[in-house]
Amino acid sequence: MRVPVLVCLALASACATPVVKVKPEQPTLDVDESWVDPAGDVPPRTRRPTQDRGAALHNPAAPAIAIRHATIMTATGQTIDGGTIVLADGAITALGADAGVKVPGGAQVIDGTGKFVTPGLIDAHSHLGVYAAPGTHATDDGNEASAPVTAQARAQYGYWPQDPQISRAIAGGVTAALILPGSANLIGGEGFIVVMRPGRTTDEVAFPGAPRALKMACGENPKRVYAEKGGPRTRMGEYAAFRAAFNEARAYLAKQTVYERTRALWLKKKARAAELDGKQTNPRLKVKVEPAPEAPPVDLRLETLAAVLRGDVLVQVHCYKASDMAEMVAVADESGFQIRSFHHALEAYKIRDLLAARHIAVNTWSDWWGFKLEAFDGIQENAALITQQGGRATIHSDSAIGIQRLNQDAAKAMAAGRAAGISITDDQALRWVTANPAWVLGVDDVTGTLEAGKRADVVVWSGSPFSVYSRAELVIAGGEVTYDRKTGLLPSDFELGNSAIERAR
Amino acid sequence: MTRTFTLTRLAAVGVLACAAPVAADTIAVTGATIYQRSDHKLEGATLVIRDGKIAEVGAGVAVPAGATRIDGTGKTVTAGLIEASTQLGLIEVDLEESGNDGRFAVLPTEIHAAYRAVDAYSGRSVAIPIARAGGVTSAITGPSGGLVAGQAAWVSLGEGAGPIAPIAPLRAPVAMNMSLGRDAMAIGSRGHTVERLRELFDDVDNYRRNRAGFERNASRRLIAQRLDLEALLPVLDGRELVAIRASAEVDIRAALAIAAERRLRIAIVGGTEAWRVAAELAAARVPVLLDPTDNLPGDLGAVNVRDDTAAVLARAGVVVGISTLGSTSAARTIRQLAGIAVAQGLPWQKGLAAITEVPAQIYGGAAERGTLERGKIADVVVWSGDPLELSSRAETVIIGGAVQSLATHQSRLLDRYKVLHR
Repeated sequence: MRVPVLVCLALASACATPVVKVKPEQPTLDVDESWVDPAGDVPPRTRRPTQDRGAALHNPAAPAIAIRHATIMTATGQTIDGGTIVLADGAITALGADAGVKVPGGAQVIDGTGKFVTPGLIDAHSHLGVYAAPGTHATDDGNEASAPVTAQARAQYGYWPQDPQISRAIAGGVTAALILPGSANLIGGEGFIVVMRPGRTTDEVAFPGAPRALKMACGENPKRVYAEKGGPRTRMGEYAAFRAAFNEARAYLAKQTVYERTRALWLKKKARAAELDGKQTNPRLKVKVEPAPEAPPVDLRLETLAAVLRGDVLVQVHCYKASDMAEMVAVADESGFQIRSFHHALEAYKIRDLLAARHIAVNTWSDWWGFKLEAFDGIQENAALITQQGGRATIHSDSAIGIQRLNQDAAKAMAAGRAAGISITDDQALRWVTANPAWVLGVDDVTGTLEAGKRADVVVWSGSPFSVYSRAELVIAGGEVTYDRKTGLLPSDFELGNSAIERAR
Repeated sequence: MTRTFTLTRLAAVGVLACAAPVAADTIAVTGATIYQRSDHKLEGATLVIRDGKIAEVGAGVAVPAGATRIDGTGKTVTAGLIEASTQLGLIEVDLEESGNDGRFAVLPTEIHAAYRAVDAYSGRSVAIPIARAGGVTSAITGPSGGLVAGQAAWVSLGEGAGPIAPIAPLRAPVAMNMSLGRDAMAIGSRGHTVERLRELFDDVDNYRRNRAGFERNASRRLIAQRLDLEALLPVLDGRELVAIRASAEVDIRAALAIAAERRLRIAIVGGTEAWRVAAELAAARVPVLLDPTDNLPGDLGAVNVRDDTAAVLARAGVVVGISTLGSTSAARTIRQLAGIAVAQGLPWQKGLAAITEVPAQIYGGAAERGTLERGKIADVVVWSGDPLELSSRAETVIIGGAVQSLATHQSRLLDRYKVLHR
């Protein structure tokens, strides 16, 4: 009996390659061999043990803490004077006016009289751990400047969770950060979203369930680095190279898509054949199915870019000038991806209408300017103007010094905006260093504001976070105390028996 | 005194003559909180400026007839801020060679004692109005890099008299900029920089003894050029301050040792680990110019960092000045830096002094600037509030008795882009 195998015939016309080539006349002696799934023999690639997003909100090791009688700045538009906030199991369980919040028995109670409570600060642009201190050749892991496109590199691979700079950033109230490769390359690699705490391994400090991020850079840096190393040596070459990289990624993605469809059809066909074979009593008349389609080779560089095209990676672009940013938007449009945010972006105010309309966030400083020509037109009102336009601004650091005082930088940007007649509330300025960078990182559903149910990322300040004289007194990340001013900085492994910290205590 | 030195002095005098402020109106700032000195606060006081100088300060001072009145109610008035170690007017854009002067290779072979910042200084720098709008009224600007970078100048940041007149330097030189350790050599031996400096000073001695022989080509080989040797004479005579860039404890100790050997007048610039040498610095009466945010173990030679270096030094009796230590674009941030030092335990008065009186004292201009005492040059800032606080702004800036425009490249950009036109 001939077995007509009709698997997928209807679909075959839709497929890029013919998939059904059953030859029922030709019995085979070893049918099973042709059914071996070559991909099935390769152990599947496992993902790193980054926890799911739920783990960001649940930490059984975290103590119950209640901070009472404080001014609670929630970064949701609301400030609670004389408020209480309760943290338990790594999450915010309650907050509100003192009278309305019940402190659970057994909670450690902290008197917040005269103090301010804010969400943990988040830096959308840091190189801690990849440009670690001391600044030596040995710790210089920030730029894989061996080719202009190294999308396969990842900041996580180079992050040193014992960088002595980390504890200083924590003492500045920072609870999370996007660690990025440097800007030597057009496409430097993937960023790494970290919880600000020291660790033994990078997996221990990975922000649970955070999305992927890709660092790209335009303008002066890549052309300076590659001018004598094969290019690009002009902006013309840079934007051509961006387009070329994403063209390559599109072709790669197309091949992958074809393969996945082909393989899906082949699997269906195989299943159907097996089903029919099960009914076949004559072993000489087993069905033969063509060999499985061959998977295209994996290219880690293009894997990352393909993931960008699929929308699985948040794209973070270092650009200063309005013209550069607009050109990057054109690259993104042509290539088919969305830019999550521009970093530095000192001229963002000039195109704030365009950026706001496209929901592209702007990460910038309050008053950095002039250190290079593409930074010549930086103004202190940048963040305020973006905010006024309805765009999303953050104050970032890009500096192991600046990350220690993001709140002060926000205060300066707020003061400049107000002096220019732009109405910026304290809450909006606070969002520049909390809720907005949380959005840039793609973790705003779990952190960045003080709300019941959110992650217990909290800072207690000695006074207004916008005063130069205020200090972080208590920093809590994921419900765990990462800095207590009473006990001082936690020295990194490197500093034990080695530095001023312990001796100065 | 050598001929060259005389010429230098003459040039400086000429420059000073050019720097005379525009004949300004009489100005009275009334009803203000006035810090006549950092440690002397007057409430509800009036400040009268006449002929470019501080004429009167006090609670009961009458406003002269015809004076331009500035209502200081609710405002705080201080002496103009002094950025004590910068490259304003020398480096326009850090990463651009074409706008870059006075930055030498970080090598111990680099000796540029005859380099004078005044020869390269551009009073037209776009960074100057920006510093000025931030309340910085004068600055000590000078070269960097190498063993001896050259002569710094104290420059007024006031607007020029005419539309194109350069803003004339105040004094040149006020200091010889030198470096030790990592600041003198990117790679190589710390001890070698010290040895080089000793050899250089010996060569200056030799040159001084044997100038006639030197002119006849009858001299042993010296490691510096003639004008560099000349320029070091006033340094070795103890007449010119040496601003020594040194971060590591060992370099600071070397600087103190050489200063003692040669009886130099020195200031330490940098001083990351200066707190480890606080007692010695105090005993030798050596001031330290520092950036209080410098709290990272930046290199293996200077890991003994702490947050409160300024406070520790001040407690030990060391005179502390605060500066960006070389930035041009960030000069306006010195008041925030002072505030940060205060947050780390430096008394507020010393924080204000660190960016006003102390630089004036260190660079030998305390008789003219740094406080609002009668007879001093009227470099004055009216602040909206506490000058060290982030929410405060410089509302009126007066330099040499003249009210300054606060327009800058940045304010003009804001004007252009405040409303988007397309």
